[in-house]
Amino acid sequence: MTNQEYSKLVDRHTKNSPLWTDCLKAFLAGGLICVLGEGLRQLYLYLGADRTAAGSWVSISLIFLAALLTALGVFEKIAKFAGAGTLVPITGFSNSVISPAMEYKTEGFVTGVGAKMFIVAGPVIVYGTAASVIAGIIYYLFLR
Amino acid sequence: MEKMRRGTVKFTHPPEVLSHGCAVGKKEGQGPLGKLFDHIQDDEYFGQENWEKAESQFQSAAISICLGHAAINGSDLDLAVGGDLLNQCTATSSAVKKLGSPFLGVYGACSTMAESLITAAALIDGGYGERVLASAGSHFCSAEKQFRTPLEYGSQRPPSAQWTVTGAGAVLLGKTGGKAKITAATVGAIVDMGIKDANHMGGAMAPAFADTIANHLRGVGARPGDYDAIFSGDLGVIGMDLAQELLKRDEIDISAVHHDCGEMIFDRETQDVHAGGSGCGCAASVLCAHILPMLESGQWKRVLFCATGALLSPTTVLQGASIPCIAHAVEIAAL
Repeated sequence: MTNQEYSKLVDRHTKNSPLWTDCLKAFLAGGLICVLGEGLRQLYLYLGADRTAAGSWVSISLIFLAALLTALGVFEKIAKFAGAGTLVPITGFSNSVISPAMEYKTEGFVTGVGAKMFIVAGPVIVYGTAASVIAGIIYYLFLR
Repeated sequence: MEKMRRGTVKFTHPPEVLSHGCAVGKKEGQGPLGKLFDHIQDDEYFGQENWEKAESQFQSAAISICLGHAAINGSDLDLAVGGDLLNQCTATSSAVKKLGSPFLGVYGACSTMAESLITAAALIDGGYGERVLASAGSHFCSAEKQFRTPLEYGSQRPPSAQWTVTGAGAVLLGKTGGKAKITAATVGAIVDMGIKDANHMGGAMAPAFADTIANHLRGVGARPGDYDAIFSGDLGVIGMDLAQELLKRDEIDISAVHHDCGEMIFDRETQDVHAGGSGCGCAASVLCAHILPMLESGQWKRVLFCATGALLSPTTVLQGASIPCIAHAVEIAAL
């Protein structure tokens, strides 16, 4: 049997992830997180923050909440249900930084927490920064 | 020992199983085999401060139980052979250091228990010593940390993923005085059918299992029906199906006697383990809790224990390499 034939056999025996159910759960969970964000934004606006500050406070609140739930061991359970619903919003970013920080505490605060904190989120920061530089150059050259 | 065929030997003076012991975690204890384990540890840290030490502690406990059953201590051992999933097999070396015994560390990923057993049996039959310990263990949390993502990282697993068993098993082999004996063994060759998905170990390992089983049966001149049971280590449900189909193409039908330690150790309906259990501790603990007792009580006469291993590393996975796999078969008979 060739590798290609075997690969087809494996595919025939393997159930795929339930794509539509996963999408629906992600949509619901992700949507709820956004509703929570909007609720918080209205609250901060009501408390007197301007639009920019309210937006920042929403981000800060969601990052904090996700970090807290990660530390309490709850986030992972929600994410198991929600999938991309918790991964895509800023909550996923928070979880991806806090979870390695917790995991590698046993290797020390410098060589463990400090060094490993961004093993999951690192690429987002690297390529996010790179993409914004490119966007900035395009803006400077063509749209200014 | 006598060479039957390349890779397969029959032992001239079959080494006997003097005692065995296993220790598993809470989730394994809640599984279908729960009542059979010697020790169930509810604390996943096993009183230690990190996962790596906890894993070591599980193997340490299994070894203590095993030696306790034989009423001997570390200084009576001629050799300890063992391994685990951690880098440089640190869980095993830390567990074994307290014994003060000569030691050989082995790595065969989830096939480690079979590798340890074959090494131990061959050395006893070859006259190396009187009492040799074979052990293996794994821990869900240290395996996740090393091979996948941090524990609290929120993600979903595909249906083909398997759950690393927290647990360990240890078997003491000697020249005489046991109720079961190791009669033959086949050391497998690496089989790599190009599977690259680290979340599909069953699919990757099934061809290695099929290859070793076919070689062993030819080597010893047996048919599947000659065995009360043929155990794979941790193929999981998908890997089991694939292995049976591959063997059928070779005109070998093991479906009537085939069991899989990874399929048995958890209840897949209620314990959320997807395709089943995995890890060195899976085959090792099921061997000690279920397979050996069935032979010792005489309910089974002849069993083939074939643990499978996916020899990947986090680095090779990221580099997109396919997964080299292996399976070793150990034939165990009641005395």
